Amino acid sequence: MTDIAESMTAATDPWHFGPYGGRFVPEALTAALDELDAAFTTALADPDFGAELAALEVHYTGRPSPLTPARRFSAECGGARVYLKREDLNHTGSHKINNVLGQALLTKRMGKERVIAETGAGQHGVATATAAALMGLECTVYMGEEDTRRQALNVARMRLLGAEVVPVTAGSRTLKDAINEAMRDWVTTVDRTHYVLGTVTGPAPFPRMVRHFHEVIGREARAQILEAEGRLPDAAVACVGGGSNAIGLFSAFIDDPQVQLRGYEAGGEGVATGRHASRFAAGSPGVLHGARTYVMQDEWGQTLPSHSISAGLDYPGVGPEHSWLHDTGRAIYEPVDDAEAMSAFAALCRTEGIIPAIETAHALAGAMRLGRELGPDAVIVVNLSGRGDKDVATAAAWFGIDLDGHDQGRAPGMRP
Amino acid sequence: MRTLADAFAAARDEGRAALIGYLPAGFPTPDQAVELIAAMVEGGVDIVEVGLPYSDPLMDGPDIQAAVNAALAAGTTTDVVLDTVAQVATTGAVPLVMSYWNPIEQYGLERFALRMAEAGGQGVITPDLTPEEAADWITVTTRHELDRIFLAAPSSTDARIDRVASVSSGFLYAASTMGVTGGRTAVSSAAPELVRRCRAITGLPIGVGIGISTGDQAAEVASYADGVIVGSAFVKRILHAPDHAAAVVAVCDLARELATGVRAS
Ligand SMILES: Cc1ncc(COP(=O)(O)O)c(C=O)c1O
Repeated sequence: MTDIAESMTAATDPWHFGPYGGRFVPEALTAALDELDAAFTTALADPDFGAELAALEVHYTGRPSPLTPARRFSAECGGARVYLKREDLNHTGSHKINNVLGQALLTKRMGKERVIAETGAGQHGVATATAAALMGLECTVYMGEEDTRRQALNVARMRLLGAEVVPVTAGSRTLKDAINEAMRDWVTTVDRTHYVLGTVTGPAPFPRMVRHFHEVIGREARAQILEAEGRLPDAAVACVGGGSNAIGLFSAFIDDPQVQLRGYEAGGEGVATGRHASRFAAGSPGVLHGARTYVMQDEWGQTLPSHSISAGLDYPGVGPEHSWLHDTGRAIYEPVDDAEAMSAFAALCRTEGIIPAIETAHALAGAMRLGRELGPDAVIVVNLSGRGDKDVATAAAWFGIDLDGHDQGRAPGMRP
Repeated sequence: MRTLADAFAAARDEGRAALIGYLPAGFPTPDQAVELIAAMVEGGVDIVEVGLPYSDPLMDGPDIQAAVNAALAAGTTTDVVLDTVAQVATTGAVPLVMSYWNPIEQYGLERFALRMAEAGGQGVITPDLTPEEAADWITVTTRHELDRIFLAAPSSTDARIDRVASVSSGFLYAASTMGVTGGRTAVSSAAPELVRRCRAITGLPIGVGIGISTGDQAAEVASYADGVIVGSAFVKRILHAPDHAAAVVAVCDLARELATGVRAS
């Protein structure tokens, strides 16, 4: 759009991040988004809401999550002192629960009895199914058929928790198509249903609201690193699918220019192959799923299919605030391809005894690159957004480990 | 060139509602789409919504999804859509484009509006463009004298209908129901109430769409609305036809049935 550069200087209102964000939705959803906006605004001003959420975070999620010094992994990162923000230790195994508990409380406040969600890796679906069980809400989760296959463990978890899982067979059968289906459900059932969007994308107020519920990550990490090192880190590092775990961490450091903000998106089989999910490396500003943001698209504005070994990063759009942080240069985004992510995955397993989610492995690969660049005096905080149990089958296949135990298998890291 | 206003005035003079038919450009192929639209016009459609196929049609049900996927697979680009508009203009019907926002933004607002006007297109329906995001679009459509059609829904407040109507021209698109496109056994009972509320707020003609698929339903909607919009029902006839010739006949037959319907009240 010709006017983007011009509006870059425009004041940012609550719906936008520079020229990004906004609301591009069918009119039938306007009333629901307004209702959500009002419920969120009221809740923010209500100390009871804050107290209720904080109590859940402590007694249910298990917050605060630790900030673990990763001594042996630091050696893989050029000797830089790397700390891991352990969102993998949250109940349900990832950062996703932070947002879901907040939105589930809002659902109750709006008097709605049903939640729906999209999910890629299944972590957001599991978190939503969990909160629905906890709060007595009906739950339907849309998941691309391709993802139900590669994240079968999480499909079983959601069903055990009482959620209905609907495999989506449209389009590329991944996260993008799951969001389309969830939106279609929502438009039809909006009077009794809240759509628990799982990341900082979508129409206003979702990006700001979801960010708010993840700011706890950055708040804790900032206090913890100050305690451990007596100073701010040189860099905050996260993987970027939609961008929720990244914005949660970044939010505490955006106003500290000495802290580099580094986001790592999925390079798939390599950006040059076209089979990737690198919105910043290979996309351009456009509109997808209700917001203006960087999108992988062709010259006609048709969304291009994304590819990644990690279901949670396999998405052709990205949260609009990241687009703004990218354009202003405040944050730097780089692709990490499947192979580099998997070797970081193996490195963390063997040096720290922590099996990360493959999404998270992209951030770990970023830390390895950045640490070598910044050197041993650097302090780096990495958001360890989730644990890798769900990815065991994918990782075993990648590393040639036979799950039936018939063969010795190569040790992780043996693969070139 | 016949405008939307002409088409609504002519229908009003005949004491009936206008019939508005939707088909995606390029479905099943660019040439066949033009023939199918011509058949729709021959059967009695007054205004044609040429759909711009988009990869993520989140307001559409399974039939239109299948059709736009086929159109995209057949190589339908925005240029093909504009070409289709030019050909529809020669049938005597009033051509509009119905498009999700991103393809228009990527084509360039000015370029799109200019080409539309050159092709004889009269207006553009933008289901996911909200008035809040439409400032530049209002400028260029005004410059090229294209009508801008925004949507109202049963969940819209009166203040919201006012806001949407204030930026619309040609007609106001009232979505009959909360949901995606596709036939229903009965037209939503929310539709008459929504039309009543719209009329109290705006003098624009009101077109009702989503879920209308038979002559009887068209007659029912025509009794309270100025325009009856039918899309999925045409698409379904084409999807179920054994071959292109049969699809042309089926589309023409359905248009006849609906045209009789809008004249029944
Ligand atoms: C563990 C983990 N990390 C990261 C992501 C990516 O999402 P986001 O970029 O919103 O944090 C996911 C998404 O499924 C995830 O499960």
